[in-house]
Amino acid sequence: MMEEKVKEIVQGYGGDRSYLVPIMQDVQKEFGYLAKDALLAISANLGVPVSRVYEVATFYKAFSLKPKGRHHISLCMGTACHVRGAEFIASNITTLLGIKDGETTEDQEFSFETVGCLGACALGPIVVVDGEYHGEMNIAKSTKLLKKIGKKV
Amino acid sequence: MTSKIKSFSELKELQEKIKAARDSRQQRITICVGTGCLAHGAMSVADAFREELDRRGLSVKIDFRKTGCHGFCERGPMVILAPENIFYQHVGVSDVGEIIEKTLLKGEIIDNLLYANPQTGEKYVKEDEVPFYKRQTRTVFGMNSKVDPKKMEDYLAVDGYSALAKALKMKPGEIIREVVTANLRGRGGGGFPAGRKWEETSKAAGTPKYVICNADEGDPGAYMDRSLLEGNPHLVLEGMIIGAYAIGSNEGYIYVRNEYPLAVENINIAIKQAREAGLLGENILGSGFSFDLKVNRGGGAFVCGESSALFASLEGRAGEPRAKYVHATEKGLYDKPTNLNNVETWANVPFIINNGGDWYAGIGTDRSKGTKIFSLVGKINNTGLVEVPMGTKLREIVFDIGGGILNNRKFKAIQTGGPSGGCIPEAYLDMPVDYDELTKVGSMMGSGGMIVMDEGTCMVDLARYFTNFLANESCGKCVPCREGVQRMKEILVDITEGKGREGDIELLESLASSIKDGALCALGTSAPNPVLSTIRYFRDEYEAHIKEKRCPAGVCKALITYSVDSGKCTGCTLCAKVCPVGAATGEKKQAHKIDSDKCTRCGACKESCQFDAIIVR
Ligand SMILES: Cc1cc2nc3c(=O)[nH]c(=O)nc-3n(C[C@H](O)[C@H](O)[C@H](O)COP(=O)(O)O)c2cc1C
Ligand code: SF4
Ligand code: SF4
Ligand code: FES
Ligand code: FES
Repeated sequence: MMEEKVKEIVQGYGGDRSYLVPIMQDVQKEFGYLAKDALLAISANLGVPVSRVYEVATFYKAFSLKPKGRHHISLCMGTACHVRGAEFIASNITTLLGIKDGETTEDQEFSFETVGCLGACALGPIVVVDGEYHGEMNIAKSTKLLKKIGKKV
Repeated sequence: MTSKIKSFSELKELQEKIKAARDSRQQRITICVGTGCLAHGAMSVADAFREELDRRGLSVKIDFRKTGCHGFCERGPMVILAPENIFYQHVGVSDVGEIIEKTLLKGEIIDNLLYANPQTGEKYVKEDEVPFYKRQTRTVFGMNSKVDPKKMEDYLAVDGYSALAKALKMKPGEIIREVVTANLRGRGGGGFPAGRKWEETSKAAGTPKYVICNADEGDPGAYMDRSLLEGNPHLVLEGMIIGAYAIGSNEGYIYVRNEYPLAVENINIAIKQAREAGLLGENILGSGFSFDLKVNRGGGAFVCGESSALFASLEGRAGEPRAKYVHATEKGLYDKPTNLNNVETWANVPFIINNGGDWYAGIGTDRSKGTKIFSLVGKINNTGLVEVPMGTKLREIVFDIGGGILNNRKFKAIQTGGPSGGCIPEAYLDMPVDYDELTKVGSMMGSGGMIVMDEGTCMVDLARYFTNFLANESCGKCVPCREGVQRMKEILVDITEGKGREGDIELLESLASSIKDGALCALGTSAPNPVLSTIRYFRDEYEAHIKEKRCPAGVCKALITYSVDSGKCTGCTLCAKVCPVGAATGEKKQAHKIDSDKCTRCGACKESCQFDAIIVR
């Protein structure tokens, strides 16, 4: 099934190798992460060596080789958010979840990562939970947000 | 939608037809649904307007428009009522009925939705009276609030694509000459003259030639490219088509980061519309010129904004820069002549063609022409995107437009140019902002990010922040950057953790000069800038960290302690409630205490205290 889907995505780009990055983005969007089999399938269908696919997968931050949690939390660490205290929020979230930046909780419920500027700096600091933006974040609000998505604190 | 427009006169006719169908006296409700306002919940407000207008049968009479970013994102969701241009901010779903009932139907102003100056409390009714807008010159960005980015008719209604029609009647050389006369400099950072780049690419041998729009915008704290591409994609497109014609290119790319989904969506819609209308593709407007574009999504690596890394990424490889002995104008994408410009650079082109290079050169300073969009963020009252003529004084931007520092605190510095730039202290607030002046004080224009800082920002921590960012983003291809920036970061981390040693400042300075000399691409060569500029202007702060193990701004965790000012503490118990480790304690209505052995310096108590009673030292 995975192979079929990968093939379909590759064909959607007419098998054009210069679309390797967007193809990998689409595959990741479909399955949540880039599994080994997915990378192999991309390589086979696009005619790009596996080594190149791996190189690209590890070069770009957008790609994850591990599955992510059910809830995905990202915190902006851009400069505007930084000067408004994003690091305090980051340490609050990592302490509460008991994981480091870029990790997923053992129960596969939550992943947390810090990201570069999200382009909504006026509302900083910004936390994005499952694609939804939460602006003007502070420590207390971030605790509430975690509670809301089911983290017992 | 629009059927193919086959000639210049057909375009003109279509524009006139759309304009005639729109009565300028007609009532219009405009709501911003740019990313910033969306984060404030603008979509549900827009939906509520739609429903309410439908329900009252007003939909045919009222022109209801959803636009991209107006710049004043902090005040979103924002609604403007034309023709009077009444400006309402922080509009919620529950305000919709009242706005229609009172303002739209009866012309009454709703006082509590007006913008109030945070310093004087004065309120303003019309958009152009609001100080944030009043002092701006929104040539490029102002169009955003007039068009729905998903509707090409809106762009045509403001004479969109007239510049293209005009350009296609000119000779390519004439167009390039206008851009040279305008002295349009690249808005992506380096400020290289666009006209010269176009000229070089047009003369270069080899086919095909590519034109590319750099919409990677990796600079943290800047988002003007995002807002332009999201809010007015046809403007960027028009600029690119004109450029392609002038250069002699038939193929192009827009390289946009994957983190900007709305920008990707809107530019794709615009491309499709333009193609259907015959403004893109084969035989554009019957002129015989053909040009088409593809959108490619980047993988979110800062270095991919660098031209040669961007080409590598477009070719489907890891985005590593290469040495530039040969210019991209001769050997760029797939080793073919390539002209790469930034989003904002392209967006300036239609204005130059419509009004002439001389008109453009009349705006700005001696060597920096036109207007520039800045992203004014950080510890400032009016945050958002600001467009002003080059040469506007920093003080005017920060205090008149930006409304001064948040919570009436004191201005400390402004950081410009992103990770390649530097900090500018108070002493330079009266400097005019242009490419050369910023470089003179050890900073840079960069993409136009302006991050305002007050006393609560530690400059050593800021240097650590940028160096950490760059150490993470270094592609690792060359040693000075891979090892040198990493080493700078380690030294800065040590200093912020109280492990700084005598001689560290000098060590940073000497590392900086080696990296500047030895790195392969501009990520590396400019990486020392934030460090050098903070040392230059805030050396005493470095010394306080190193010699006295003290963080004057109260930021560096290892060097600070939290305590309670018993004079200010009202015993509200809030700090004790929020403290996750039970370090803050006390009885109701009595001064509280903090046990500094237990305290993890998480900052929650300070943030929650309404009486400013938590002391950080
Ligand atoms: C590390 C690095 C990152 C860059 N990132 C961007 C970017 O995000 N957007 C951009 O337009 N230019 C960026 N640039 C500058 C581009 O390499 C290039 O100079 C620019 O896009 C040319 O367009 P312009 O002349 O219109 O400014 C970056 C340069 C470097 C060295
Ligand atoms: S300077 Fe840094 S980013 Fe640029 S090529 Fe060298 S290692 Fe890569
Ligand atoms: S800084 Fe955090 S841990 Fe320390 S007293 Fe305040 S709330 Fe408690
Ligand atoms: S710095 Fe956080 S959104 Fe830009
Ligand atoms: S997103 Fe609405 S004003 Fe910027």
